[in-house]
This record gives sequence, structure tokens and C-alpha cells, in this order.
Amino acid sequence: MAPDGREVAAGPRLVRPYALTSGRTESVVDLPIEATFEVSPSGRTATWPEGDLSGQILDLCAAKESVAEVSAKMHIPLGVARVLLGDLVTAGHLKTRTTISENTTSDERRELIERTLSGLRAL
Amino acid sequence: MDYAPSNRNSASTKIVVAGGFGVGKTTFVGAVSEIDPLRTEALVTNESEGQDDISKVQQKHTTTVAMDFGRITLAENLVLYLFGTPGQRRFWFMWDDLVKGAIGAVVLVDVRRLDDSFAAVDYFEAKGLPFIVALNQFDGSQEFGPDDIREALAIPAHIPVIEVDARDRESAKKALVRITEFALTQLTGVAASA
Ligand SMILES: Nc1nc2c(ncn2[C@@H]2O[C@H](COP(=O)(O)OP(=O)(O)O)[C@@H](O)[C@H]2O)c(=O)[nH]1
Ligand SMILES: [Mg+2]
Repeated sequence: MAPDGREVAAGPRLVRPYALTSGRTESVVDLPIEATFEVSPSGRTATWPEGDLSGQILDLCAAKESVAEVSAKMHIPLGVARVLLGDLVTAGHLKTRTTISENTTSDERRELIERTLSGLRAL
Repeated sequence: MDYAPSNRNSASTKIVVAGGFGVGKTTFVGAVSEIDPLRTEALVTNESEGQDDISKVQQKHTTTVAMDFGRITLAENLVLYLFGTPGQRRFWFMWDDLVKGAIGAVVLVDVRRLDDSFAAVDYFEAKGLPFIVALNQFDGSQEFGPDDIREALAIPAHIPVIEVDARDRESAKKALVRITEFALTQLTGVAASA
């Protein structure tokens, strides 16, 4: 694999990764790279056609993995992971957990940073 | 948007580790992460800067930008992600997405290649994202201290400049505590002046 920061030409491994999303490159929901999810009951019981990645993605989400981990562990580019996860959110199979976003109030932001700080100090 | 965060108390957040190639980003992430650093790749289509000489048609290149990341579970309901990001200016468009919602950034600096850190410092300064500068002490660089680096990079007095050994868990942890403390004081600053 290329070390980070280096550009590599898209090789055969990356042939049309957006075929997985029928060519869509924009997620319908805004998903921060660090976002984790809660799998809803429908997500736990849904069944998927052969070759559909949704089942594996939902398993990762159930294990509290983030958008970044779904991309890394499924070996799909970040943008593809976002589109597929966005679809599962839209379908009601996933709900995003809290992250800092534009909608976060300054109190919530402070609280999250304070919790992070005490967590880091206790490491 | 037709969804809402489902659980106020269960959250994830992130700190960005930036700097030039080979400065120790992945080493830093690996030193504190509870998992071996993972790699995610973003596909990037850029209009090439030069033009095709014959056709004068702009070429599009699809390239892959890789990012290493790690995670630290800080509490049952709180996970901190660390993203090591390539520092070059041509990746800035990607940072816009990455830094959204970040607590702050640690800019790793190798004194032997100070200019590699200019882009990261410029970027976070322009974005107003809290950042600290961490001088990674490679062998033989000990003769330069934080004061030298602050001066060379023209880092404002209120921004912490520290030393770090990216290979050392305690040292990396200290840097994370420092950026988080700093981010908190920046919040206070905003609130006080509002
Ligand atoms: N002596 C020394 N070597 C380091 C330190 N941090 C990283 N390295 C080495 O520098 C090289 C590049 O580090 P890496 O983390 O891959 O850099 P990145 O490109 O920024 O991710 C590796 O061989 C590391 O072992 C450090 O604090 N001291
Ligand atoms: Mg690296």
C-alpha cells in the first residue's frame, strides 16, 4: 500500500468503486468520518441479496465501528462508505450517534471536549 | 435532515494529526491507539493543473489519498478517533471535510524539514481550528527547542509549542491532553468575548 500522503494511480483494485453505489458519489446524509451508529431493529432483521454489502456494514456498525472503519475494513473508499451508510440511515436501519457538528450547541461542544479531556487524563 | 442523533450520551469525536510526509503521524497515532492504525482511502478526482498540450482539454486524474487512523475508547460511551493526514497543500480540499467537528489538531514538526509544516500551520490558522505544534525529536534534532520552532514558524504566543516523541505512548498522550486543554480554553475565550 502507498504510504499516506502519496498519490497512487487508481489500480485494478479500484476499478469503478462507485459501481457499488450505482455511480452516486454524494451521501444523502452528512456523515462525519468519525460518526458511529446505532443499528435499529429493522437493521438487525433485514436480509440482503447475495453480494450486497449492507449486511456486513451493519455488522460493523453494530460493533460500534465508525464511518472510517467501515471504509478501512470493507476496503472501500471513504466516499463509497459514506453513500452506502447514508442509504442505510435513510432507510431507517441506522441512526447516527453524537458527534460535534454545526448543530452542536456550545454547551454540548464544551461537555464533549471536557469528557474527552478527563478521559485522556485518566488513560 | 430526517434523522437525529439517537443518543446524546453516546458519542465519538476526533483529533487530527497533521504534518509532512515521514514526520511521524502514523507512529504517533499507533503509539496511543488501542487498535493498530487502520487505513482509509479517499478517491480524488482533480482537474490536472497543466493542460494537455495537443488537445487543450483538461485532464482528469483519479488518485487515492490514504489516511491512517486509530481510536481510543475513553469511556463506555465516548470514543476518540485520531486521523493522521497528509499535509501538502493540494490535500486541503480533503481537510475541509476531515476537520469539520474536530476538537483540534496536533501539527507534527521535524526540525530538519520545517517547511513541510508550513502548509498545516497555514491551514489551521486560516480555519480557526485550535492547534498545537509538536516538535518530534528525531535523533540529532535536540539542539532546537520549542522557542526556536515558534520563532521559525511565527507561531503566535498563545498557541502551545511542545516537544513530543511520537514513538512514546505517554508523550503522545500528553500532546493529546494539551490540544484538548487548549481547545477548551479557546471555547472559553469565545464565550467570554461573546
Ligand atoms: N527517531 C525517531 N523516529 C521516529 C519518530 N517518529 C517517527 N519516527 C520514524 O520516522 C519514520 C516515519 O514515521 P511515520 O509515522 O511513518 O511518518 P508519517 O509519514 O508522518 O506517518 C518511521 O520510520 C518512524 O519509525 C520519533 O519520534 N523519533
Ligand atoms: Mg503515515
